[in-house]
Amino acid sequence: MSGKTASTTNNIAQARRTVQQLRIEASIERIKRNTILRLFVCFFPRCFLPVSKASADLMLYCEEHAKKDPLLMGIPASENPFKDKKTCILL
Amino acid sequence: MCDQTFLAVVFGPCDKCSNEKPLRAVYIKSEQLSYCSLCVEMVQFVDLHHRLKLHGLIPLGDITHKHRDLPGQSFEAGLSNHQLFAVHQVAERVEALGQFVMKTRRTLKGHGNKVLCMDWCKDKRRIVSSSQDGKVIVWDSFTTNKEHAVTMPCTWVMACAYAPSGCAIACGGLDNKCSVYPLTFDKNENMAAKKKSVAMHTNYLSACSFTNSDMQILTASGDGTCALWDVESGQLLQSFHGHGADVLCLDLAPSETGNTFVSGGCDKKAMVWDMRSGQCIQSFETHDSDINSVRYYPSGDAFASGSDDATCRLYDLRADREVAIYSKESIIFGASSVDFSLSGRLLFAGYNDYTINVWDVLKGSRVSILFGHENRVSTLRVSPDGTAFCSGSWDHTLRVSA
Repeated sequence: MSGKTASTTNNIAQARRTVQQLRIEASIERIKRNTILRLFVCFFPRCFLPVSKASADLMLYCEEHAKKDPLLMGIPASENPFKDKKTCILL
Repeated sequence: MCDQTFLAVVFGPCDKCSNEKPLRAVYIKSEQLSYCSLCVEMVQFVDLHHRLKLHGLIPLGDITHKHRDLPGQSFEAGLSNHQLFAVHQVAERVEALGQFVMKTRRTLKGHGNKVLCMDWCKDKRRIVSSSQDGKVIVWDSFTTNKEHAVTMPCTWVMACAYAPSGCAIACGGLDNKCSVYPLTFDKNENMAAKKKSVAMHTNYLSACSFTNSDMQILTASGDGTCALWDVESGQLLQSFHGHGADVLCLDLAPSETGNTFVSGGCDKKAMVWDMRSGQCIQSFETHDSDINSVRYYPSGDAFASGSDDATCRLYDLRADREVAIYSKESIIFGASSVDFSLSGRLLFAGYNDYTINVWDVLKGSRVSILFGHENRVSTLRVSPDGTAFCSGSWDHTLRVSA
């Protein structure tokens, strides 16, 4: 950040410009930091995640695969090789 | 584990009611105590109140004046165990699971003694199982026929595995070796003649597993090490040192390109290893007793472990910590074997109190309890396509349930 000290003059316009400049500089810093963090995570996949993110990923995996889980959803008896088929009825 | 063939009955004062009775060892809040059978029943009953309170069905302040505190037990003391873990908090908006009806569909009888280990074939149909009397049997689970049977020269065959191609099985136990038998349907050939001795350890073999191909086997042993072997030459490719006591279980990461595996041991530690370098990548030590079984979550980012301290725990590899505990006050016997369903939503755990508990992984609650075995459940695996699971027990049988 530039080393501008607070203006001692009563010039409101100047103070406004200072604030504006500081805001711009502060926002630039934040974006830079985020991109660095994102790159870090990409290159080092073993980097540790916060627990909430890790748990959310587990949950997402469960939801994506829930439809294909026979023990969870139950499959019709005709498709399940273990469920006993109905016996034939002789007419 | 080997010295539990005979159950020694201990007489003495019960830790709870102080009567002189035959005692059983139980785990209450991470502590090993000796309770008489009457107190074991009472502990299991008291858990009902804790469960109802936690779900908000009984207001917290309401119950105490209606029921007397049982001697040596306070209602409030149990609640501290039920902490809400991150996984459960994140999963609060997920729908709860409905009632499950799972029954035993097939009972595989034929072993002469305790069934110690089993494995499914990739064709989702065949099962190999091993028992204390040295017999290793390959079953067809649809028809319950025995397809192959081998008698090992040793007793207590604690590990068996099916090759990914379905053409061979590996087994081992007290002989300190892992032997690979190619499966042949030729009646004239003696299976034992084609046996290949692959691994050599200095103590009993507790677990073995083929890697993605038929060519390599990963073994875990009572000498505290795991090892990767080449099947053709019998050569040691990599060894993994780090456990301070017997290694009881191992599981390979599910991905095709994966080269990590997790192992659990009597030193209460679960360690994740890199197969190529032999280094331990991560280590988790939160259990209070021996870890009997470890299994990777289907996505490969987490794993569950079952232990003698009567709890199962879920560890997340990316968060590098334990994220959930599956336990109940009424469950006081160790979990011998755990496995996930296909989506990872259900965790099946076999316990030494002859039951199988089914846990909701995200919510942390028990979904179902399965009875049927007449002795402790020693091994449990879900089939590769997730349609059924098979449990082997010390009552000499295997049960396929769906």
